[in-house]
Amino acid sequence: MIGSKLTLSRKRSLLGFAFITPWLLGFLFMFATPLIQSVKFSFSKLTVAPTGYELEFMGLANFKDALFVDAVFNRILTQSVSEMALNVPMILFFSLFSATLLNQKFRGRVLARAIFFLPVILASNAISAAESAGLINLVGDASAVNEMGEGSSDYNILSMVMMLREVGLPASFVDYIVQAIIRIYDIITSSGVQILIFLAALQSVPGSMYEVAKMEGATAYESFWKITFPMVSPLILTNVIYTIIDSFSGSPVTDLIFTTAFKTQNFGLSSAMSWIYTLIVSLILLIVGLVLSRRVHYN
Amino acid sequence: MEAPQAVHNEANKYRLQKAKNKTVDTLYSIFRYALVIGISFIIIYPLLMKFSVAFKAKEDIYNPTIYMVPVHFTLDNIKMAMEILNYFPLLGNTMFYVILTTLLTAASCALAGYGFARFSFPGSNVLFALVIMTILIPTSTLMVPMYLHFRSFDFLGLVHLFTGKDGVNLLNTYWPSIITSATAIGLKAGLFIYIFRQFFKGMPKEIEEAALIDGAGGVKTFLRIMLPNAVPPMITVILFCFVWQYNDTFFTSLFMSEASLMPIKVSTLSAQANQLIPVLLGVGSGSNVKADPNHVAMIIDTGILLAIIPLIVLYLIVQRYFVESVERSGIIG
Repeated sequence: MIGSKLTLSRKRSLLGFAFITPWLLGFLFMFATPLIQSVKFSFSKLTVAPTGYELEFMGLANFKDALFVDAVFNRILTQSVSEMALNVPMILFFSLFSATLLNQKFRGRVLARAIFFLPVILASNAISAAESAGLINLVGDASAVNEMGEGSSDYNILSMVMMLREVGLPASFVDYIVQAIIRIYDIITSSGVQILIFLAALQSVPGSMYEVAKMEGATAYESFWKITFPMVSPLILTNVIYTIIDSFSGSPVTDLIFTTAFKTQNFGLSSAMSWIYTLIVSLILLIVGLVLSRRVHYN
Repeated sequence: MEAPQAVHNEANKYRLQKAKNKTVDTLYSIFRYALVIGISFIIIYPLLMKFSVAFKAKEDIYNPTIYMVPVHFTLDNIKMAMEILNYFPLLGNTMFYVILTTLLTAASCALAGYGFARFSFPGSNVLFALVIMTILIPTSTLMVPMYLHFRSFDFLGLVHLFTGKDGVNLLNTYWPSIITSATAIGLKAGLFIYIFRQFFKGMPKEIEEAALIDGAGGVKTFLRIMLPNAVPPMITVILFCFVWQYNDTFFTSLFMSEASLMPIKVSTLSAQANQLIPVLLGVGSGSNVKADPNHVAMIIDTGILLAIIPLIVLYLIVQRYFVESVERSGIIG
C-alpha cells in the first residue's frame, strides 16, 4: 500500500539504506555498543561471573591507577608515542624515495617491485613474536651469548658518529641519522603499503607535464619538487595517517592493554588504559591532519 | 676560413656534451642499481637465512665457517617443525578460516561501499563519518566488551527468549570472526569500505541510469553491472584482506586462543618447540631435559618459514596485480 506511493527518490534512499544494512547492524552491535560499554567499564570495577559480568562504579579510580599507580603504562605510552614520532618521517621519506626509484624505467623493475612489496605480506605480529621468543630462548643460554657476540658484525657505529660530528653537523641531526640507520630494517619492512600508495600516485601523474618541464629546461631535481611533489602531496596526508594508525595497532601499549585484561583480569583498568590511549591517538591524528591538510595541494 | 672552423668547434662541443650526458646517465643507473639491490638485500636477507637454516643439519650450527650454504644438507628440521606444528591440517584449517572471512568481508564491504557511493539518504554523510571513525579508533578499546559479548552471545535477547539460557559461548569457534566480517566491522573493514566507495563514486552515473531505464532494479544493477566492473577494488580488497587475516594475531588470540590457526600456533611455537624437541629426539620427557637452545631457534626459524611459504607462493602468483589494482581502484584521487 505504501510501497506503490513512494517517490523515486524515497525509493532510492530506502534501497541505499538496504545496501548498508549489514554494515549498520555490525556497527551498532559490534562497534557502537562495545564502545559505550568500554566507557562504562573504564569507570567501574568488573568482576566476571560464570555467565556475564558484574559492574561496580568506581569513578575515576581506574584512570588514576593507569596514570599514577601502574608501573609501566606511562613509560610504555610515552615510549611508543615518541617512537612513532621518530618513525613516521623516516617511513614517509623512505617510501616516497623508493616509489620514485621504482617508478623509473630500468631492467629488472618488476623483480625489484616484487621484492619491495614483500614486507606487506610478511609484516606479521605472529612471526615477530615467534622470532623474538626464539631470540630470547637463544640469548638466555650463556654459551649462545658468546657465539652471538662473535657472529655479530664488527662494524662500529661510533666511528661514523664521530666522523659526522667532526664535519660539523648538529648533534641532534646526527643522532637522528644514526637512529635511522639502526632502524633501517624496521623502516623498510613497515613501509610496503606506503610505497604502494605513492607508486600508484606517481603513475597517475600525466607524463605530458614532465615533457613540458623538460622542454622548458627544468632539471630532474626541479621537476621533482615542482611537479611530482605537489601532485602526490594529498597522498602524503593519507600515508602519514596510515603510518600512525599502523604503528599504533601493533604497539607495546596494545600488548599491555591485552595482558592487563586477560592475564591479570583487571578489565576496568584495561579499559581505562585503552581510553587514554585512544584519546592520545585521536589528538595526534587531529593535529597532524589539521597541520598537513593546509599544506596539501589538491588538483 | 673562419666559418668551417666554427662549425667544427660546434660539432666538438656537441659531441662532448653528449659524452658527458652519457657518463652521467651511466653513473646514475649504476647508483640506482646499487640502491635497489642493497634495499632488496635487506628485505630478503632474513628470508634467505631462514631457507639456509631450514636445510642445515644440527652439527652445522656450531661450525663458524659455514655461511648460508649448509654442508650437511638435511630435511630433518622441516620434518620436525611440521610435526610440532601439525602442519597440513593446520594449513587446511587456516586456509578455510581465512578464505571464508575474506569472502564475507569483501561482500559486505562492497555492499556498504556501493550504498555510500551511490545513494543519498538522510544521515548518509554522518554514517560515512562513522565508517572513518571505525578505521581510526584502536581496536584495543573494543577488546574487553567484544570478548564478554561473544562469551555469552545473545542477539537482542533472542537466545534467552527461546532457550531460557543467558547466551551462547562463541569463543574458540569461528563465529566471532564470521559475524564481524559478514557485518563489515572486522579487521580493517572500514578501509575496505572506503576503497569500494571511492571506486563506485568514480564510475559514470549514465550506466546506472541506462540500467534503470531498461528495467533493472537496484539489486540487479549492482549484481549485473556494478560488481562485474569492480574488479580492481575487488582484487585489492581480497588480496589485502587475505594477507591481513592470515597474519592477524589480535582477533585470533582474543576470540580463538585455542583454535588451531597458523598465527596462534606460530606465535607460541617457541614454547612448544622447547617441550617437544626432546620428546621427538627420543631423549625423554620431563622438566629436567632441556632442548639445545640453538636447535630450538633453528626449528622456530623453520616453522616461521613453513608458515609464510603459502603466502609467498600466492604472492608470487598475484604480485603483478598488487600495483595495478591499487592504481586502478581509485584510492588515489
